[in-house]
Amino acid sequence: MIGEVQKQNKDKAVFEPIIVVEDLTMAFGDNVIQRDLTFTINRGDIFIVMGGSGCGKSTLMRNLIGLQRPARGKVFYDKESFWDIEESERERILRRIGVMYQGGALWSSMTLAENIMLIIQEYQKIDHDQALELASLKLALVGLAGFEDYYPSEISGGMKKRASIARAMALDPEILFLDEPSGGLDPISARMLDDLILQLKSSMGTTVVVITHELASIFSIGNDSVFLDTESKTIIASGNPKKLLEECDNDTVRRFLTRGASEPRIQAIGRA
Amino acid sequence: MSETGEPREIRNFGPELDFVKPDNDVLIVKLFGTWKIGSQVPGFNRLTKELEKDSLIRKIRFDSSGLGRWDSILITFLLKIANYCEQKQIELTTEGLPEGVINLCKLASSVPERTAIRTSQIKLSLTTRVGIHVARIWGSIAETITFVGEIAIDFFRFLTGRARFRWSDLLLIIQESGAQALPIVSLISLLVGLILAFVGSIQLKMFGAQIYIANLVAIAMVRAMGAIMTGIIMAGRTGASFAARIGSMQVNEEIDALKTAGLPPMEFLVLPRIIALAVMMPLLTLYANLMGILGGMIVGVGGFDIGIREYLNATKGSLTLTTVGIGLFSSFIFGILVATAGCLRGMQCSRSASAVGEATTSAVVTSIVSIIIATAIITIGCNILGI
Ligand SMILES: Nc1ncnc2c1ncn2[C@@H]1O[C@H](COP(=O)(O)OP(=O)(O)OP(=O)(O)O)[C@@H](O)[C@H]1O
Ligand SMILES: [Mg+2]
Repeated sequence: MIGEVQKQNKDKAVFEPIIVVEDLTMAFGDNVIQRDLTFTINRGDIFIVMGGSGCGKSTLMRNLIGLQRPARGKVFYDKESFWDIEESERERILRRIGVMYQGGALWSSMTLAENIMLIIQEYQKIDHDQALELASLKLALVGLAGFEDYYPSEISGGMKKRASIARAMALDPEILFLDEPSGGLDPISARMLDDLILQLKSSMGTTVVVITHELASIFSIGNDSVFLDTESKTIIASGNPKKLLEECDNDTVRRFLTRGASEPRIQAIGRA
Repeated sequence: MSETGEPREIRNFGPELDFVKPDNDVLIVKLFGTWKIGSQVPGFNRLTKELEKDSLIRKIRFDSSGLGRWDSILITFLLKIANYCEQKQIELTTEGLPEGVINLCKLASSVPERTAIRTSQIKLSLTTRVGIHVARIWGSIAETITFVGEIAIDFFRFLTGRARFRWSDLLLIIQESGAQALPIVSLISLLVGLILAFVGSIQLKMFGAQIYIANLVAIAMVRAMGAIMTGIIMAGRTGASFAARIGSMQVNEEIDALKTAGLPPMEFLVLPRIIALAVMMPLLTLYANLMGILGGMIVGVGGFDIGIREYLNATKGSLTLTTVGIGLFSSFIFGILVATAGCLRGMQCSRSASAVGEATTSAVVTSIVSIIIATAIITIGCNILGI
């Protein structure tokens, strides 16, 4: 499988959709957050979800991972309609997914190693020592080697983020959802995290869905993206972020991708 | 999986190891099959045995041509080998491993391990543990005294009109801890009145003195039981909620946010809660007294043929202003105790979800214990004063 993915990435000819979202509308009661979202995430993608604060990125994630039922529309995992299948089938899909929540959501009564081991031992018959080794590996991958016995309340905010990424990777998931992984990290750690994500993709073929505002990582790791808009409540741009920066005409998107530095394109053209 | 011409079967086997020695000092570790979490990974000691058998080996290489699917379990295995080789000063070449595996191994070992010092792992002698415990108890006593002192200061500020809190908060707390507690207070005190009347009536009936049921219920309720029962209800209901509320604010760093915004949490959170309970407890107790008397009356009138007027007259005759006063004074004290215990435990809460649970439990226990102790002190005090 890994070989296949690598081959695909090399010749970039075959795209194998892993998540397909069709006409997804999300709402809290009558309050529509985003409507008519349609996009495809391919196997081995590093897919960026961007958009202003409060536009519904985390809510989108909750809709994709089964925490909130969409108001309308469908989500397909490998052609299976996620919200139309049996609960047990859904759980089977969820096992292939690792999630890192925006607030970390580490279980505070457990040490970092226990946080990771709980997931491993829940799904795999594996003895304690081996689970601990795996947990240590995951922590080492995010730069937290040696912090196995710390409790979440004893580590810093950025370390919590990294620990919860390690927990999301516990079972070597096929699909990894990361909600603002680099928020609160120093540039070097953030860079390290980008490298890790790229590495997971290339060595294990992991599909990574990243919600982020971090422009540096958007451009360095993302190969596909959607941009959710707060005003129009839907997708206003999608595609490779680098191409978006070059080609997209939408002011909101341009200003986002240039940290507000670029003038609206029309004016700029007019002046030139 | 990768298609490099090897027979398919080998790749679908479970994980397997094999050793080849092309030279005297070189060992090639051949990796076969699927290395996935949950599959039966060969014991690490197979490699160490191989190495111990032949102490000439100075180099290890890998051959992964038979390797199928793999995940983190392979990485942990290789990292163990790397560690071992470092100790035994054996040279390890990663060539022959898939590129992805090499990269993940590098990433995992790129950050030097921090030697974490954790106090909990150090074994302590009995005397040290006793000492630490005593110091901790002493510390918590000191903390409680400081807390009470701060409340007193803040209360003084309140009296002089300089305390900062939101009146809407105070009113909300009064509503939550006062009006909304009425149903449960009604039920409990009515039942306590009933029980007192029933239990007393069995004795009094033997002397034909049923009418004294009224006196018994009235004095017991008004002087002690009304206040105690309300206190205990409030401990479980409001004290616990104070602790949970303030505790979870502690967890979410809301308390820190108050401090940095220049709003002392003692004034902002604790003071209104104490005022609310100090005001509401006597009122609730008064209400509980009435309900208790009603409960007694139901038994007396319904079960022992005492007339309503007769019962009320007997009740009125048995109560003095002092009795009512003692009950209300106790309830005022209980209110302050319950609120203080709840807020204290909430403020002491550390920053984790389980700590909130502990704070809640400990608030209820502290409140009830202090209510009982206070009752004892008040009763003895009244005895000495002869009232
Ligand atoms: N439980 C909820 N009930 C009602 N509305 C909610 C709830 N959770 C979120 N919202 C609303 O949904 C909108 C989107 O929230 P969401 O958390 O998805 O934003 P976001 O894009 O992740 O923002 P950020 O980048 O700041 O994390 C917000 O306007 C928020 O007010
Ligand atoms: Mg969010």
